[in-house]
Amino acid sequence: MAEADRNRTCLTRMPGHNGFEDRARHQTRYASATHLRRLIGSLCFRRPCRGYIAEVNAFLGWPAIRQATGRDRLGRGAAAMSKRSETLEPRTVKADKVVDSVCPYCAVGCAQKVFVKDGKVAQIEGNPASPISRGRLCPKGSASKQLVTSPSRVTKVRYRRPYATEWEDLDLDTAVDMIADRVIKTRKQFWEWEADGNRTRRTMGIASLGGATLDNEENYLMKKLYTAMGAIQIENQARI
Amino acid sequence: MAEAHPVGFQWVMEAKRRGATIIHVDPRFTRTSAVSDVHVPIRAGSDIAWLGALVNYVLSNDLDFREYVVAYTNAANIIEGRFQDTEDLDGLFSGFDPETGHYDPTSWAYQPDSAQQVEDDAERDRAYGDTPGSQESHQSARSESHGSGGAPVRWKGRRDETLQDPSCVFQILKRHFARYTPEMVQEVCGIGPEQFQRVAEALTRNSGRDRTTAFCYAVGWTHHSTGAQMIRTASILQLLLGNIGRPGGGIMALRGHASIQGSTDIPTLFNILPGYLPMPTASQHQSLDEWVRDDEGKAGFWGNVRSYAVSLLKSYWGDAATPENDFCFDYLPRITGDHSTYTTVKSMIEGSCKGYFVVGENPTVGSSNGKMQRLGLANLDWLVVRDLQMIETATFWKDSPEIETGELVTEEIGTEVFFLPAATHVEKSGSFTQTQRMLQWRDKAVDPPGDARSELQFYYDLGQRIRRKLAGSTDEMDRPLLDLAWDYPTDDEGDPEGEAVLKEINGTGPDGAALASYTELKDDGSTACGCWIYCGVYADEVNLARRRKPHWDQDWVASEWGWVWPANRRQLYNRASAAPDGSPWSERKAYIQWDADADDGKGKWVGPDVPDFIADRAPDYVPPEGAKGPDAIGGQDPFIMQTDGKGWLFAPLGVADGPMPAHYEPPESPVRNPLYGQQNNPSRRKVDHPANPINPSFSEIFPYVFTTYRLTEHHTAGGMSRTLPYLTELQPEPFCEVSPRLAAERGLTHGDWVTIVTARAAIEAKVLVTDRMRSLRLGDRFVEQVGLPYHWGGNGLTTGDSPNDLVNLTLDPNVYIQDKVGTCDIRPGRRPRGPELTAYVEAYRRRAGVDMAHPEDGGADG
Ligand code: SF4
Repeated sequence: MAEADRNRTCLTRMPGHNGFEDRARHQTRYASATHLRRLIGSLCFRRPCRGYIAEVNAFLGWPAIRQATGRDRLGRGAAAMSKRSETLEPRTVKADKVVDSVCPYCAVGCAQKVFVKDGKVAQIEGNPASPISRGRLCPKGSASKQLVTSPSRVTKVRYRRPYATEWEDLDLDTAVDMIADRVIKTRKQFWEWEADGNRTRRTMGIASLGGATLDNEENYLMKKLYTAMGAIQIENQARI
Repeated sequence: MAEAHPVGFQWVMEAKRRGATIIHVDPRFTRTSAVSDVHVPIRAGSDIAWLGALVNYVLSNDLDFREYVVAYTNAANIIEGRFQDTEDLDGLFSGFDPETGHYDPTSWAYQPDSAQQVEDDAERDRAYGDTPGSQESHQSARSESHGSGGAPVRWKGRRDETLQDPSCVFQILKRHFARYTPEMVQEVCGIGPEQFQRVAEALTRNSGRDRTTAFCYAVGWTHHSTGAQMIRTASILQLLLGNIGRPGGGIMALRGHASIQGSTDIPTLFNILPGYLPMPTASQHQSLDEWVRDDEGKAGFWGNVRSYAVSLLKSYWGDAATPENDFCFDYLPRITGDHSTYTTVKSMIEGSCKGYFVVGENPTVGSSNGKMQRLGLANLDWLVVRDLQMIETATFWKDSPEIETGELVTEEIGTEVFFLPAATHVEKSGSFTQTQRMLQWRDKAVDPPGDARSELQFYYDLGQRIRRKLAGSTDEMDRPLLDLAWDYPTDDEGDPEGEAVLKEINGTGPDGAALASYTELKDDGSTACGCWIYCGVYADEVNLARRRKPHWDQDWVASEWGWVWPANRRQLYNRASAAPDGSPWSERKAYIQWDADADDGKGKWVGPDVPDFIADRAPDYVPPEGAKGPDAIGGQDPFIMQTDGKGWLFAPLGVADGPMPAHYEPPESPVRNPLYGQQNNPSRRKVDHPANPINPSFSEIFPYVFTTYRLTEHHTAGGMSRTLPYLTELQPEPFCEVSPRLAAERGLTHGDWVTIVTARAAIEAKVLVTDRMRSLRLGDRFVEQVGLPYHWGGNGLTTGDSPNDLVNLTLDPNVYIQDKVGTCDIRPGRRPRGPELTAYVEAYRRRAGVDMAHPEDGGADG
């Protein structure tokens, strides 16, 4: 919770950040609506009854009127809010913890804040403290919560037997063990000590593609293990 | 940039607000063009002609930044008298072997400064049993094996700093680019002389002591059979204008994946090891000495390559690596040429590569010539796919386009497929290296669901199992696995700790403590380091990639956010931000400068960034005769990774297709090369396979140019975007873009289905008829281009045919990247279904006269 608080503080503290600007706009709206109400009241309704006041208030509360009379001329901020939406809180407020992260899409490297509630990702937002992104995320970075929570995410191992027409279930432990067996077999089957009279000490049977979406530490272990296997056809998106 | 790197683009907008002129060169009009000062529509693949003309404009009007050029580049170097240019040989350089398509670059070399140098060098060659000079002649055939800093030159060479000698680089360059005129730009690129003039003036006005220009590029330059040379042309231009190593300058590669830079530095690539150490080549490297000999002792930090190499071997094989056994050098497998992904796919189709790991990548959609990808997958023994979603690569056996046409039959595909769910970026901790070489650490937020695991866990576990299964083996081939240093501390769930791996990457001293800098690395086995350029990220046992000091609490360089390799230098080659005497070029452009009074009058380089230079090397330092490594860097040699310390306007070695860029047409083109008799890059690598037929150039059957690109709302092959409701809603279906003129010519109606066809495939998409695609006037004719966002495939929430099925495989000879520009036809209506589709494409091939005996040639030229 402490970290969530700190994060909120930094969100609102940042000049230019929406939270900051929205509050300023908010205050302007109240000022001008009250002003208008007084003005109308004094000019037109010398002896207003209660009903009138209520109606006028309701009328003045219409988003279109607030948009026309307030500062939010585009109707994208305060004018679009209702009583109900004013009481709503962002999902981020109730987070149990906030974790520093980085957008997993392109290489700009926008900083993210991951809001966690009950062991689940509740929201992912831009981190304004970043000198690279200053809190912004593009559509992909903004959608990255769905990357984690997507209902179509596959969370169980799938296995397709040779010549089969359907997937089967397979236990993770068994799957990794089967893969280890296949690596050992194929490595040996395509082992090559020499090519054109020069020592090569390698296997041409095993290839790998991928790494650009992974962590440095993962790439490191991959290349280290493959090299020890003697596998050389190791590639990633940087080639493509 | 606004489309594919939207948040990075905010800085372009900041620059514009401060008065910068924004120029956008792109075949299509995009969100970037909309806010730029100038949009230059260009024919895809013609960038060398365009940039070359800008180089010519600078040179023929004496608009180069002469002081910078003389001091910091190789403009003054004298080239061998034997050198012949494309001017002499109608589009070829000297040294070309038409049989192999390779260049022997020995005639491009710097002239030595003394006869003694030649003798010393020959002596060294003889000591290794080589004929003097034979090393260089190998270079052409092994562009894949250069490490960091490119190819090592033998000597700094003789220079004429008046730049008048007809054999000096400056004069050679002038003659070479003289034919790249504005008229030629009109003819080749479809860009008019007025627009050329406007850009040329803007660029050159913005050069000199007080001004700099930056170039940003992405795969619009790399995805060509001449891609490396396109970037070379930009480098030449930027060096001539004095725009490298200075604030506001540079050539920025905008990379497309979160850690694609990291996976190049700590490579999952065939030709290099961590820190750009070359993979050993079987014909030349059979011992540690042979492996490092080309680079060892050369000027600059790359001259210490032995320390980096030995420290890597120590981190791989730990105690087993000793001076007596060459630090296990022999455990490294050797390469024998090109083993890049496309060549490997061909091996799969041919049956010589049988096991395949695909990890966070989706080649059936994201790699070119999708059919070859799928034919390869169908011929494997086993395939492991690790991803978040059920991507097309994992389901090729039941729903690929070839199943629909009957070319593949599910029941006949023997590939055993394992799909293993992966963890997302918030379900594991680790570092990404983004496009500015900055490492940023992510903390783990939640546990991965179900069977999902990180790659760190998977590979650690796989390694453990393989080692257990092989334990006790006496087979020599198993030694590298059994001796591997593979013990990592694990957390409660048995997952290896990412920070322990980061520390191994950083490097440790004899006491096991983290090292602070790569200058501490030793070649005696007392240090270990998994990637020398990352040394320092874990200095004092602190994970500096995890730093998150807000930008408002630090200066504009923001050195305390993350960590940038090497040594947390935010800008490379920043010695060049000062004049030769060490003072800033101007007050406005001050960055790193020499403070002669610092350190009690000993002097040092100071500024807001870490100097990319030896901290106390005075600007007037001249290396003594015979100096080696960093000692050989002169006080005015800012390019400290180059073996001569200079920026290369002319590459005397190391570039496979010539010492200078020359415009060649893409392998498929409607246009005859107006610059030379040589139509295509003579060194391009062809992928000879019946599934990769090339459209003949100038074909009436395939009259249009096509190219592919990204959209803001999707990501590469779509596995991380076509599966998300938000992004799918924003960009719900595939489409192609054409000009109104092309639409009229082919009867295409906006919003209707169209079919796009090449000799490889036919795909369908809805057509967007828009002025954003310009009809280009080349001389007296128009060239039309079809634009194709490439993200789609058969799975996910939004589906469609994959544009990459259209793209041919012809590779750049330096980096083996494909050319994404090709020719096509486009017709109204949907494509045929089932076997009729195969017949439809076949009929096109027949009509176009594709020579299936030599499908890789396209019948244009050799
Ligand atoms: S938010 Fe957008 S621009 Fe930023 S890293 Fe992610 S994908 Fe790139």
